[in-house]
Amino acid sequence: MRVRVKVGVALQAMAADSALLLGLVEEFVTGQQDSKAEETATGVKNGQFTILQLVEALGLSLTSSEPQTRGRGVQLLSQVLQQCYGNLQESEVEVLVTFYENRLKDHYVIMPHVLEGLKALTKCLVLPPGSAVSILKSVFQDAHVQSLMLAQRSCVYCILINLMDSREEELKGLGSDFVFGFVQSMDGERDPRNLLLAFQIARKIITQGYEMGKFTEEFFEVTSCYFPIDFTPPPNDPHGITQEELILSLRAVLTGSQRFAEYLLPLIVEKLDSDVQSAKVDSLQTLAACGSLYGHKELSEFLPGLWSSLRREVFQTASEKVETAGLSAVSALVASLSRSVLSSDSEDVLHVFLDLILKDCLHHLAEPDLKLVWPSAKILQAASNASYRASLKVMSAVMPSLLEQYNTQTQCSQRRTLLEVLQGFVQPSLHGTEHGEDNVLVEFQKPLCSAVFSALAESSAGLQITATRLLTSLGKQSGLLPLSDLELSVHHLTRLVLEEQDAQVSLAVMECCGALAYIYPEAFAMRMVPRLKEAIFSEPMVEGDRPCPSDSNSQQAVRRRCVTALASVSSQPSLVQESVPVLLQILTSAHTGRDSFSSDEVTSVCHSLQRIAEQAGQDPEVGQIFHDIVIPRLLGLAIQAALQGEDSSGRNSLLKDEAVLSAIVPVLSAVCARLHSELASLMASRAVRLFLDGDVSFLPENAFPSNLQLLKAHPDSCYQTRTVCLLMACVCSLPRSVEIPEVDRLLVELEELSFTCLHPFSYTSAAKCFAGLINKRPEGTALDAMLESTTKRLTAEVENQSPMRMQAFTLLLWVAKALLLRYHPLSTSLTDKLFSLLGDSELASHAADGFYLLMSDSPDVLNRGCHANVRIMYRQRFFAENSAKLVQSFNSAVPERKAAYLKALSHMVNNLPKQVQLTELPALLPLLLEALSCPDQGVQLSTLSCLQPVLLDPPAALTTQLDGLVARLLALNSSPSMKVRIASLRCILALSHLPDHLVLPFRAKILQALAVPLDDKKRLVRKEAVLARGEWFLLGNPGR
Amino acid sequence: MSGGTRLENANPLVFQRSGERLLTATDEDENVADPIDDREIFDILIRTVLSQSINDPEHPLSLEELNVVEQLRVNVNDQDSTVAVEFTPTIPHCSMATLIGLSIKVKLLRSLPGRFKIDVHITPGTHASEDAVNKQLADKERVAAALENSQLLEVVNQCLSSRAISGE
Repeated sequence: MRVRVKVGVALQAMAADSALLLGLVEEFVTGQQDSKAEETATGVKNGQFTILQLVEALGLSLTSSEPQTRGRGVQLLSQVLQQCYGNLQESEVEVLVTFYENRLKDHYVIMPHVLEGLKALTKCLVLPPGSAVSILKSVFQDAHVQSLMLAQRSCVYCILINLMDSREEELKGLGSDFVFGFVQSMDGERDPRNLLLAFQIARKIITQGYEMGKFTEEFFEVTSCYFPIDFTPPPNDPHGITQEELILSLRAVLTGSQRFAEYLLPLIVEKLDSDVQSAKVDSLQTLAACGSLYGHKELSEFLPGLWSSLRREVFQTASEKVETAGLSAVSALVASLSRSVLSSDSEDVLHVFLDLILKDCLHHLAEPDLKLVWPSAKILQAASNASYRASLKVMSAVMPSLLEQYNTQTQCSQRRTLLEVLQGFVQPSLHGTEHGEDNVLVEFQKPLCSAVFSALAESSAGLQITATRLLTSLGKQSGLLPLSDLELSVHHLTRLVLEEQDAQVSLAVMECCGALAYIYPEAFAMRMVPRLKEAIFSEPMVEGDRPCPSDSNSQQAVRRRCVTALASVSSQPSLVQESVPVLLQILTSAHTGRDSFSSDEVTSVCHSLQRIAEQAGQDPEVGQIFHDIVIPRLLGLAIQAALQGEDSSGRNSLLKDEAVLSAIVPVLSAVCARLHSELASLMASRAVRLFLDGDVSFLPENAFPSNLQLLKAHPDSCYQTRTVCLLMACVCSLPRSVEIPEVDRLLVELEELSFTCLHPFSYTSAAKCFAGLINKRPEGTALDAMLESTTKRLTAEVENQSPMRMQAFTLLLWVAKALLLRYHPLSTSLTDKLFSLLGDSELASHAADGFYLLMSDSPDVLNRGCHANVRIMYRQRFFAENSAKLVQSFNSAVPERKAAYLKALSHMVNNLPKQVQLTELPALLPLLLEALSCPDQGVQLSTLSCLQPVLLDPPAALTTQLDGLVARLLALNSSPSMKVRIASLRCILALSHLPDHLVLPFRAKILQALAVPLDDKKRLVRKEAVLARGEWFLLGNPGR
Repeated sequence: MSGGTRLENANPLVFQRSGERLLTATDEDENVADPIDDREIFDILIRTVLSQSINDPEHPLSLEELNVVEQLRVNVNDQDSTVAVEFTPTIPHCSMATLIGLSIKVKLLRSLPGRFKIDVHITPGTHASEDAVNKQLADKERVAAALENSQLLEVVNQCLSSRAISGE
């Protein structure tokens, strides 16, 4: 009983389902409701109906005599198949394939749906054997692919791709008929999307080894007819196909098989004759791509033709792209010829080809002042870099002749060219060393070194510079700079450091020293550093009682070069060990007043120390040296100098100077920022104990008073409190993970100092140090409580007309910055305070400049190098939140207060990334134009510098304001400040690049106005005027 | 006068370019007046480019690299407001001599204050039809007439356009 009920229910359900299905079919076919296909597919997927039932339900539609109705029926079936091909049985697929193959012969309106259906079926895993072949045969026979619409052609290609993926063996059974069918299908294809598919199929045919038989040439023809590809995607192309994509996929086809060589190589030679540069580049790159597959068998016949085209391109081209592509092609050809296995009877094609090259290029090397020397040298270098065998042959032909010429030539410029060419050949390459073979150049090592030494001894700057580069190249390769020559090199370099006055030669020498010292540290430690030290501390020649001024000048210059050289060579710990004590000794003498060092020299010593610390990176050995020796010495000297400042009778130490202190700061920060965790914690506690408790135990030469209180403000002396900048350098640049001991007490002392100290340098440094610590302090009640009390005091001091208002303002500014960077919620109330100060009678201008500080990176604190907590895009965020406020207060301000707002605005805009500027500018343009007429030169300059990049890519809003802009810019041409004149001329130049129809109306006016700055009294202004006027003359003229 | 496809001189002598003029402290001092000097005029002229082959206007050699203009042959007197420039065609039969001269002249006319008297001529003894070219260049009306010719103006402007020197 129960069973019967169940069956009955099931039967009823089936009856209901089939009625439903008939309804769906009816609504889709005659009701034209496309959405029903989706519902049907869902039903099939759920198992509600089977494909068989669907076909039965479709019965009438599929056999209708109306092509439209048949089409609609097939469409429904195909759309369902596209979703449900995975559920089909093999027998179902077989029936459906036969059905669809028959439909291919049907009316053309049905064709699209038939192809869609076949495409779905080819994705079936259960496609019965033999179906693949029969589908293909039917498609090739009955569908004339190129007469189909775009989407259907794409369908055919997809069918091919699907079958190639799953039924490779069966398709290969078709023999060359498959290739023939494909060739016929794609012949004449024009759509880039379909071409990408067709090239994909072609590439598969080659890589999977389908038989091409007698259709090889047809296959090549039908693909190569697109070469070189010239395709510009339409604007707003939704498909995103690029020329590059097409080029690469076609290239993969053309260069995919050796069998195409006989067709491809002549084609390349022909296309190289083209006048279109992109065609040339494409041809050359295609040729280079052939190199990886072709061997001498494919190439040998075409080498003379290819070479003459290549030579012509490299010799005559004006384009760097063509030249680069040509040189890579030469390299690729040589490399592929070098790989080919020789048969005993044939000649070595590599040698034949290289002989061709040498014959045409070598003689140009003998004319070093003519233009072709360079392209010839580059070709030979490309050939020689391609393989070891090639380099053997090229070098043995080139080197002796170049070296001989170099030795016989007398003209400086020619010798320089020769040396530069030599350097190109000596460039380190991979060959030789990787196979354990000797470097090809070892044979020429002696003459090369002596050429370098002779050039270093010349007086020509160009020759010397080239020689240093050649020397660097030699040093970088093993076996080319043996010990004796290395020692001689160091000797020459040392001499140049000591004697050479030309700035460019000096720079080249320093670079060379840096590169070689990295490889050969011992030689420099033993032979260069001691001599530099000697030169630094040698007494200047004394004539009578005092050194004559020119001599002391040059003594200073020598010292400066020595100091720079010490920094350049100190890349390895062993050298740092030698050079750092010398630098510290200079500081010590500057402190004691011996050896007459100037404060400039002392700062340059600090720069060198900083550079050494920076180039050492995270090297733990160097970090240890700096931590153990350099920092204690620097702190000790600076504090001794500060204490000395108290008694006026003492000697005058240079380390008291603010400039010198400021130069020591980056040394300390650079070191502390790179310390590893253990040393960093030690550093933090030492610095804090030194400044809070006067604990001097880690400083050398312990001669300090016992009650040292560096952070207590003295009303009459600034020397001691200034050292707070050293505290800042030490504790504010440590990694964020390092905990600062007694940070609360430290903050209290710093706050007190910055509120009460009278000396700007001291209270500013204290404020910076406070801000640096606040910025890194973890969130929590401790921080909030601290900030609350500080803010209260700040507000009170700034709002009252207290004598310490400036101090409070400085602290406000720095704390605001520290909080702004980390997105702290309190930052808003502080920056709002700054905004309100723009209307203050006393502080307005300082507040405006404060916005520069907020928006730009500070060099010594609160930057990423100091591990500060800087959130990304804080500038954009600040700008977005406040620009409207600023504009509003500007509009409501009294006229005499407006300048401060404009200044603040231009600082804010100027520091935004360019993309943001472009989007924000339209709203701000009227204000910026106003800023141009503001009398403050700083505002003018900063506005001009933010306008100029915008003008290169102007927003639409600008075009309506051009009149006003031009008038204001021209007015600034008579500004008393040359910087403003220059900046406004640059803007005028930028305007000339706007679309002609916008700017042509101004041409006459501007040409006339620009005649005036042509006669400006400053040359730098005239230079800009000449540039701008030249461009405006060309505007609207032929030949621009 | 146009280059055509064949290069008149495919492998010319190439001279080294002088470096950028070094900035001195007085250059940036507002109160010091810098007189117009030879080097300044020379710097203006070396931005002029010889579109040696009209096919490749992108990377032509500059007048300096071809030694057509040398600083030695530029003479300025700021006080008397005179400029004299001698230029040397690359080869004695150079068909571009007039064009080069015209380009130099136009460049100076556009770049110098109106008070200057500008004299452009060929370095004596370096060109076959030296006198004829000099005469053309000195004749104000012929220069003006030449610039009315839009084809000629186009070639001159090509030599003077900054696009041509952007490859520096």
